[in-house]
Amino acid sequence: MKQILVISGKGGTGKTVLTGALAALAPNKVMADCDVDAANLYLLLNPSIREKHPFQSGASAVIDPALCSRCGQCSAACRFDAVSRDFVVNPIACEGCGLCARVCPAGAVTMKENTAGDWFVSETRYGPFVHAKLGLAEENSGKLVAKVRETAGEIAESKAADYVIIDGPPGIGCPVIASLSGVDLAVIVTEPSLSAIHDAERVMDLAKHFEVPVKLVVNKWDINPAVTEDIQKLCDSRHVPLIGQIPFDRVVVESVLAGEPVTERADGSLKEEFIKIWEAVRS
Amino acid sequence: MIISVASGKGGTGKTTVAVNLALALGDCQLLDCDVEEPNAQVFLKADIRAREPATVRVPEIDYQKCDFCGKCRDVCAYHALAVLPGKVLFFPQMCHSCGACEMLCPRKAIRETDRTIGEIETGDREGIRFVQGKLNVGETMAPPLIRQVKSRIEPNSVAILDAPPGTSCPMVTAVRGSDFCILVTEPTPFGMNDLHLAIDTVKKLGIPYGVVVNRAEADDLKTRDYFKSNRIPLLLKIPLDRKIAELYSIGTPFIGPMPEYREKFRALFKTISETVKVSP
Amino acid sequence: MKIAITSEGRTLDSAVDPRFGRCGYFLIIDTDTDKVEALQNPGTQQTGGAGIQAGQLMASKGVEVVLTGNMGPNAFQVIQSAGIKVVTGVSGKISEALRAYKDGKLSPAENPSVGSKSGMS
Repeated sequence: MKQILVISGKGGTGKTVLTGALAALAPNKVMADCDVDAANLYLLLNPSIREKHPFQSGASAVIDPALCSRCGQCSAACRFDAVSRDFVVNPIACEGCGLCARVCPAGAVTMKENTAGDWFVSETRYGPFVHAKLGLAEENSGKLVAKVRETAGEIAESKAADYVIIDGPPGIGCPVIASLSGVDLAVIVTEPSLSAIHDAERVMDLAKHFEVPVKLVVNKWDINPAVTEDIQKLCDSRHVPLIGQIPFDRVVVESVLAGEPVTERADGSLKEEFIKIWEAVRS
Repeated sequence: MIISVASGKGGTGKTTVAVNLALALGDCQLLDCDVEEPNAQVFLKADIRAREPATVRVPEIDYQKCDFCGKCRDVCAYHALAVLPGKVLFFPQMCHSCGACEMLCPRKAIRETDRTIGEIETGDREGIRFVQGKLNVGETMAPPLIRQVKSRIEPNSVAILDAPPGTSCPMVTAVRGSDFCILVTEPTPFGMNDLHLAIDTVKKLGIPYGVVVNRAEADDLKTRDYFKSNRIPLLLKIPLDRKIAELYSIGTPFIGPMPEYREKFRALFKTISETVKVSP
Repeated sequence: MKIAITSEGRTLDSAVDPRFGRCGYFLIIDTDTDKVEALQNPGTQQTGGAGIQAGQLMASKGVEVVLTGNMGPNAFQVIQSAGIKVVTGVSGKISEALRAYKDGKLSPAENPSVGSKSGMS
């Protein structure tokens, strides 16, 4: 079983469009959306939710005003500026370290377990799909991402699937690292702009750090062919295979509006390009 | 006044809006809080005057005093410490720098030292004072670095914050404390889906907000009606324009070659100032 | 000598649990007395640091060898610092794994076998 992750560094370069296409083209697979913060893949896969599970993670401090003597030891100890002047904990700022509860001489602070979001196992016409929704303003520590990946891996094993196709989050922090560590291949999607290249390079460095092989796809390559050439040179110098160049095409926009993978709507050379990318991903 | 520029979905044009707004205003601060992938400098091209390491506080064990009682391990909510006979192991990627181990060690055998997680650069261009945070590749925790970038906010001036995408801790850390939040979206199903999440988040934080629609279609009445019926304040529409896309791809802020937008961004700022004045 | 094997159940007939930090049980076998202790893993539901905790548990139990499927880098660091040997890639029944180790067919790992957080479930 091979795990294939689609990432980009910069957001909005076309991760989810490519993941949707790979999900439609790959045989015998399970899909996972590891962008638990702003999940979008479900908009293309039209899932029927079969299981929903709350995700418990970390804790938040709660001060009991009846016991609180307003001595201020909690707010003095808190490094996260989470205790207000009238001794109420701001759950958005609280990182759950529990130091306030330990230093409170009145025993007025308790740590309450936190529901950080939900995760789902769904059925789609392309196969099983594991996805999640992080609660608003919650910590995206990578734990929910790890949960989604692990569940997708277990389903893939039980169904003897050949591939797990993973839509990754933007950035290079916790959730990206949790998505990246241990996958068989990372497909980086970039576009011909200086900022997208800048970000793609940082993701290449990250993948190197975790010893994950990478391949690169340029989306909307014809927006600026000169910059696309620079990307080709960058790939050559870093020995990263450039496995596809997707043109700017209304059909891509229309497929997103219709809520389906682009390969369902594309034909001719556009569809050929996605098939070529899939062949390069699997080889 | 602190104005943050955020979005649920990445790549909708946060940096475009933040940089062009800063250039339209001139005398202001621009702080790039997207420390995982900072991009404002690609467009602003400020002269960088200073680089400083960004650090977090982490425990260091004094083996002269430590008796391996295990208290530090027990109080660490993040399991960043392991205590074995004769040895204390520390896992820096798991540490949140809460200070519990240092404060609660019965033998005062822990002192805190600095660990570098990234870099803060400061510079300027055309009256704009620029600050950016850059997280080192392989580091996991953006929020401490974002807080350090924000500690450079000057009082009594206009500070524009380019926030990271999403609605979780990095975005919230950047946006928290703003007087106003500009949410940038694009009129696609992905963009609108994530705009809703972002609106709910800034509402939860109690921050007044307005929306800039980027890559808007000329005749897109659907978006306009939608904003109206859902009472979402629409601040500005930037059209889907090949010229803007080309300028973006080579890292040129579009208000230079398209000066009509200078006035539009100034009007946007005026609207925001008036909203902030009347907000509690 | 005490050998710990990550296990899905409480007996020597159980299957080896491929996960270390999040395994169901640790079966601790004293090869001098053939006494078997089944220890429920307190870290199965933990959201982070389960491998680090499990490593310390092994050290506190005086285990000298751990047989398991996979071990991540943090747990591996704890286990190595505690001077415990690890064999990864072990599967099948607990009794078979134990026999293979006693017969010298399993050799200790030099490196962690998987990345961080692999055993989350």
